[in-house]
Amino acid sequence: MLIRIDKDKCTGCEACIASCPYDAIIIKDGKAEINELCQMCKACLSVCPEGAISEVSEDSDQKEKGQGRGVWVFAEQRDGKTAVVSFELLGAGRRLASELNTELSAVLFGCTESEADELIKWGADKVYHCNDEIIKVFNDEPYAKLLSDLIQEHKPDIVLAGATPIGRSFIPRVAARLKTGLTADCTSLDIDKETGNLLQTRPAFGGNIMATILCPFTRPQMATVRPRVMKRGEYDEKRKGAIININADNIKSRTNVIETVKEASETALNLQEASIIVAGGRGVGGPKGFEILFELAEALGASIAASRAAVDEGWIPYRHQVGQTGKTVGPKLYIACGISGAVQHLVGMQSSDIIIAINKNPEAPIFNTANFGIVGDLFELIPLLTKKIKEAKGL
Amino acid sequence: MKIIVCIKQVPDTAEVRINPETNTLIRDGVPSIINPYDMHAIEAGLHIKEKAGGNVTVITMGPPQAETALREAISMGVDSAVLLTDRAFAGSDTWATAYTLAKAIEYLGADIILCGKQAIDGDTAQVGPEIAEFLDIPHISYIRKIDEIKDNKIVVQRLMDDGYDVIESSFPVLLTVVKELNVPRLPSIKGKMAAKKAVIQKMNAADIKADENCLGLKGSPTQVRNIFAPEVKKDRIMLEGTTEEKVTALVNELMRLKCL
Repeated sequence: MLIRIDKDKCTGCEACIASCPYDAIIIKDGKAEINELCQMCKACLSVCPEGAISEVSEDSDQKEKGQGRGVWVFAEQRDGKTAVVSFELLGAGRRLASELNTELSAVLFGCTESEADELIKWGADKVYHCNDEIIKVFNDEPYAKLLSDLIQEHKPDIVLAGATPIGRSFIPRVAARLKTGLTADCTSLDIDKETGNLLQTRPAFGGNIMATILCPFTRPQMATVRPRVMKRGEYDEKRKGAIININADNIKSRTNVIETVKEASETALNLQEASIIVAGGRGVGGPKGFEILFELAEALGASIAASRAAVDEGWIPYRHQVGQTGKTVGPKLYIACGISGAVQHLVGMQSSDIIIAINKNPEAPIFNTANFGIVGDLFELIPLLTKKIKEAKGL
Repeated sequence: MKIIVCIKQVPDTAEVRINPETNTLIRDGVPSIINPYDMHAIEAGLHIKEKAGGNVTVITMGPPQAETALREAISMGVDSAVLLTDRAFAGSDTWATAYTLAKAIEYLGADIILCGKQAIDGDTAQVGPEIAEFLDIPHISYIRKIDEIKDNKIVVQRLMDDGYDVIESSFPVLLTVVKELNVPRLPSIKGKMAAKKAVIQKMNAADIKADENCLGLKGSPTQVRNIFAPEVKKDRIMLEGTTEEKVTALVNELMRLKCL
């Protein structure tokens, strides 16, 4: 496909320029022209009042679709313990595998066989498992080589990994090596009913827009998936599957991890596991304002989060930040206090089951995302809420 | 030490909005800037040069107007700038972009290649590691501190979810950096003068000896199918009344939803 501009029809009105997310349309000699930034997103097609912009297909463009079969999940670990995102990927992978009527496999590097067995209970039919010394600690090159080799041998149709520091670092190397497409940080995955292709949806432009990406001609179709967005699959104690042990012979690494330092506090880890979160933004007004949120959180048994505005002001440490540049959370209940609801914050918490917004500005965009909204002064509302919750719980 | 910094000119995304009715971007007057993470990569390049000697080159792939971003980098103190521009690069996804940049870097030669951790328009964080794979060199992502630079190795800290890893690598190496690494310097008067006079080296597909099947749309395995505005919840309930009534209503809802 290519986007073409019919120079005879183009009047140089510039209507298309504003529609382009990529700065890919310029005016040259009074006519619009598409430059090298074009991503074929087709945003401009419907905008032209003259109908001068169209999509043309080039026959030479069609590439062979590889023979892929099976859905794979890369299950990452840290310190020999499988990361929670792996179970979420198995949940998403199981759904895709059923739609494609194929099997679901997991790939696990650097864990014991009992962790591999857990992946089967979480939904995997098969686990490719390697526990050699070189992959116990994460280094990009050996991980990329070993996973690429496995993919080339078994030719899966789809490969998913967590959009974590590990997945986002080495999976691009795998895609580069295999000459196939990779979509970063997906928040939704579906199968196109007609073609069987994977529809990979992700936020772009800091969450201001969503884009659905296809990898139509090469296999596997690869995606990293944002943690805490997909639902875990069902855990079945009795599920049986196959564990295939592999080894990492002749694999080298030119980087070497000298030391691993743990820094994140309990709070940061709790935030992503929390079932209730109380979050504060600019409207909280300062560190003192956060104190009343801490009291509410204590009554609810909740963790504390913050918007970027509150973190940038220095009212609360970065590890509490939720949003595009912070953590993504998906609790059962999210109470947003004094948070206006910039889209960068919303992408980090909108998969929460129930969202409550408390803000004194009735026009705050957070109310558009909330299930329940209260307009009012949080310094009056929150202490009263804390008191009533304590009463309700008989504390 | 030969240092190359890859940069990207991006729209200042904090200001980009979508019109939910037409599904098109509203971006009147949105300025173009150097991707903020790349500013930290430029600073890291200048810092390494000051410590270990050598020279710093910035490189970008983009339309002719991306020259502005390169001149801004020169005003900060980098030695030279290269603009990769060719209609054949149109429609590049991360794979084709990384291939193109890697071919150029191969041609120019480098000991250290620096990238921002991701660009704020695409947010993919993929181009850096992909360049390293094409060049068959190691890479380390999310660098938050450079501990040590020696003749034959570099020691850095890689930011992880639960802390950081201290990692060493041989040269050449590609590093992607996070903003905690440094504070980008402001352009100096001398730098601004240099930026005005600087000659930007322009290179096209033929100059970097690229395989045309790997470039632009033709070389891109992924396609954008469509773009749309994020969803808005429609079923929200506003709780009204006095403070007492609002809070009571909320507590009742929480009990009904079994959140307490």
